Amino acid sequence: MEQLVILIPIALVLGLVGLGAFLWSLKSGQYDDLEGAANRILFDDDEDDPDPPKKR
Amino acid sequence: MAGTAADTTIALDRPKRRQWRGDPDRPDVTAYVIDLADGRRTLHLMIEGIHCGGCVAKIERAAKALPGMVDARVNMTTRRLTATWDGAPSLGNELVAALGEIGFGAVPYDPERLQQSDSQDERSLLRALAVAGFAAANVMLLSVAIWAGHAQGMAEATRTLLHWFSALIALPALVYAGRPFYHSAWSALRHGRTNMDVPITLGVVLAAAISLHETIVGGPHAYFDSAITLLFFLLIGRYLDRRARRLARAAAERLLALGAQSVTVLMGGETRTVPAEQVAPGMTVLVAAGERIGIDGTVENGLSELDTSLITGETLPRPVKAGDRVFAGTVNLGAPLRLTADAVGDDTLLSEIVRLMEAAEQGKARFVGIADRISRLYAPVVHLLALGTFLGWWLIIGLAWQPALLIAISVLIVTCPCALGLAVPVVQVIATSRLMKRGILVKSNSALERAANIDTVVFDKTGTLTLGRPSLIDADTADPTALADAASLAQSSRHPLARALVREAPTAEPVDGVEEVPGQGLRRETTDGEIRMGSRRFCGVAEDDRDPGMELWLSRPGQAPVRFAFEDQVRSDAADVIATLKAQGIAVELISGDRTAAVEPVAREAGIDQWQAAATPADKVARLNALTEAGRRVMMVGDGLNDAPALAAATVSLSPTSASDIAQTAADFVFQGEALAPVLTVRQTADRSARLVTQNFALAFGYNLITVPIAVAGFVTPLIAAIAMSLSSIVVVMNALRLSRR
Repeated sequence: MEQLVILIPIALVLGLVGLGAFLWSLKSGQYDDLEGAANRILFDDDEDDPDPPKKR
Repeated sequence: MAGTAADTTIALDRPKRRQWRGDPDRPDVTAYVIDLADGRRTLHLMIEGIHCGGCVAKIERAAKALPGMVDARVNMTTRRLTATWDGAPSLGNELVAALGEIGFGAVPYDPERLQQSDSQDERSLLRALAVAGFAAANVMLLSVAIWAGHAQGMAEATRTLLHWFSALIALPALVYAGRPFYHSAWSALRHGRTNMDVPITLGVVLAAAISLHETIVGGPHAYFDSAITLLFFLLIGRYLDRRARRLARAAAERLLALGAQSVTVLMGGETRTVPAEQVAPGMTVLVAAGERIGIDGTVENGLSELDTSLITGETLPRPVKAGDRVFAGTVNLGAPLRLTADAVGDDTLLSEIVRLMEAAEQGKARFVGIADRISRLYAPVVHLLALGTFLGWWLIIGLAWQPALLIAISVLIVTCPCALGLAVPVVQVIATSRLMKRGILVKSNSALERAANIDTVVFDKTGTLTLGRPSLIDADTADPTALADAASLAQSSRHPLARALVREAPTAEPVDGVEEVPGQGLRRETTDGEIRMGSRRFCGVAEDDRDPGMELWLSRPGQAPVRFAFEDQVRSDAADVIATLKAQGIAVELISGDRTAAVEPVAREAGIDQWQAAATPADKVARLNALTEAGRRVMMVGDGLNDAPALAAATVSLSPTSASDIAQTAADFVFQGEALAPVLTVRQTADRSARLVTQNFALAFGYNLITVPIAVAGFVTPLIAAIAMSLSSIVVVMNALRLSRR
């Protein structure tokens, strides 16, 4: 039963890390614009690389 | 609010207004540009017409192409753009113009004024939900170990250790995540009332207290898991409900901000641009040709024509001269005007209409949602039931007080209105997003409930049944040279009939030297003589006794005058929609402020037998009140300022996005596009939502009917109660999800 004393706190700490990560993401505004974020990945803005390497 | 003082300085520190052409669709936005500490400037805009990710990319690319633009980011959920740049404030106007060119309307707003208390509430609920979810999951893991241990003969010491761990997780979480319910229950009790949150708070607090006691004495009855899962489920319902409310309010806020407008005032010989609400009575206001008037006032000098369609519902403009009163919301079509702002007296048209609207809205405020009506009955019953159970087991049957209390707690948890709390919000969230995808904005969260089971639909004419703009009749058979000549002249005018001509012949070359005679027409000197276009008299055509409708005459040297006739086109699907409504057994009426001669043909074309013309705003309200008093459930569809009181008086109301700001504010639904079909969509969705809500309540009650007697009899442990409760919640959610199919 002694393992429990170690394993339960470990499980709790891991859970708390997850909770903390969620609360942080909430605070940093990552949930403010879910619709926009879903669409932004589809933008092919090549501004970073104005002259993309040509395919051979 | 701290922001108000800052706004004033921002507006007044503005350098002199730059020369900028007035345009009704593109008011000067520099008054809304905020100076940042690092010398940059930022502007918040609400964007209209965002439908997809592609729009976001287009808008951001167009904004970033402007010189000096540092950052431009669109929030697609709220449809707002925040742009930051280095340079003059006038870049804001260029930004709005650039967005207009790619087809997006942009309206500035002041973020300080739209306080986001709602979204903060929502965030704290989401945090509570996260904490409750974390605690519920971990306590459940420990509980599974305890149940397994119960079957396999776990030592008491181990069980107590696991109970202590559960307490360690659950108690802080209960304190934190339960606050929304404790607050609400406490404030209800303090005012001598009771609500749904009282039994929830009692159940949670009592369950936690008993469990803690059991843990301390090493007993088996610790039910931290029940208490925390209960909170978790309730928080889901509460969060969805709050979200629906915020979306509704955001829609209303957007409309409020759309009403925000800058006004050019003359102060000490210098022109300044200030937001309309900062204009004091007596100030001199300049209105450029084509600008929308932002205040009520009297014309000091100038001669022009005003487009008053949003206020009176008339399609044709009204001529104004010095001494005439003008109203906010009208558009100056002709020459520049100089106005004196009026006192904000009770005799202004706007306050008259607002007063009518407020009176009408009080009736609507009395509407109580089905969830509230049920919980009003439900909470006292639950309290009595739990109390009776406790007293019965303790005093009559003679059980010790701890087990008796435990049974009473199971009754509280079993009757917990989880499914009830989810029944309405889940359906509303799904229905609202379904309507949103079809371009219909739901502005108030009780709107869907009110829109169900309506039996009468009342339409306004101009801008509602019709498109609200004249179009040329028989454009195909018109003489092409005459049309081209007329359109060339018309290019220099903002008169609605001139715009209609230009729409028919968009390629016509604009010509120089066109003079506009307010209230009469256009003229241009040519080497051959004078070309005139305008009223019958202006073009020297004999008067006619018949009502000519909307017409323009073109007289050219040496040629017979040509007549162009116009009509306000009925929306393409109006007749179909009305036929469908009638087929569904719904009474349809038309009430318009326009002349009988203009209303009658539209009523005939749309297939409406019951119509009324020349109605004042008060007449419209009176008609709606008469219908409501006769026990009818009325849906009003209107767009003008004159419809706003009627919109507020109806059981439920719709208005197109082309409507006046006040009408949109008064309406419960705002729909996009040129079709009238949204009327049908709203009705259908509302009816289906109402059916689903009823089903959900039936499910929730049916479940209570079965479990409550078992709980009172003492056969339900809090654990079983928690599981049964979760199941009923899931069933309710699944039932609501059926709405998103089809």
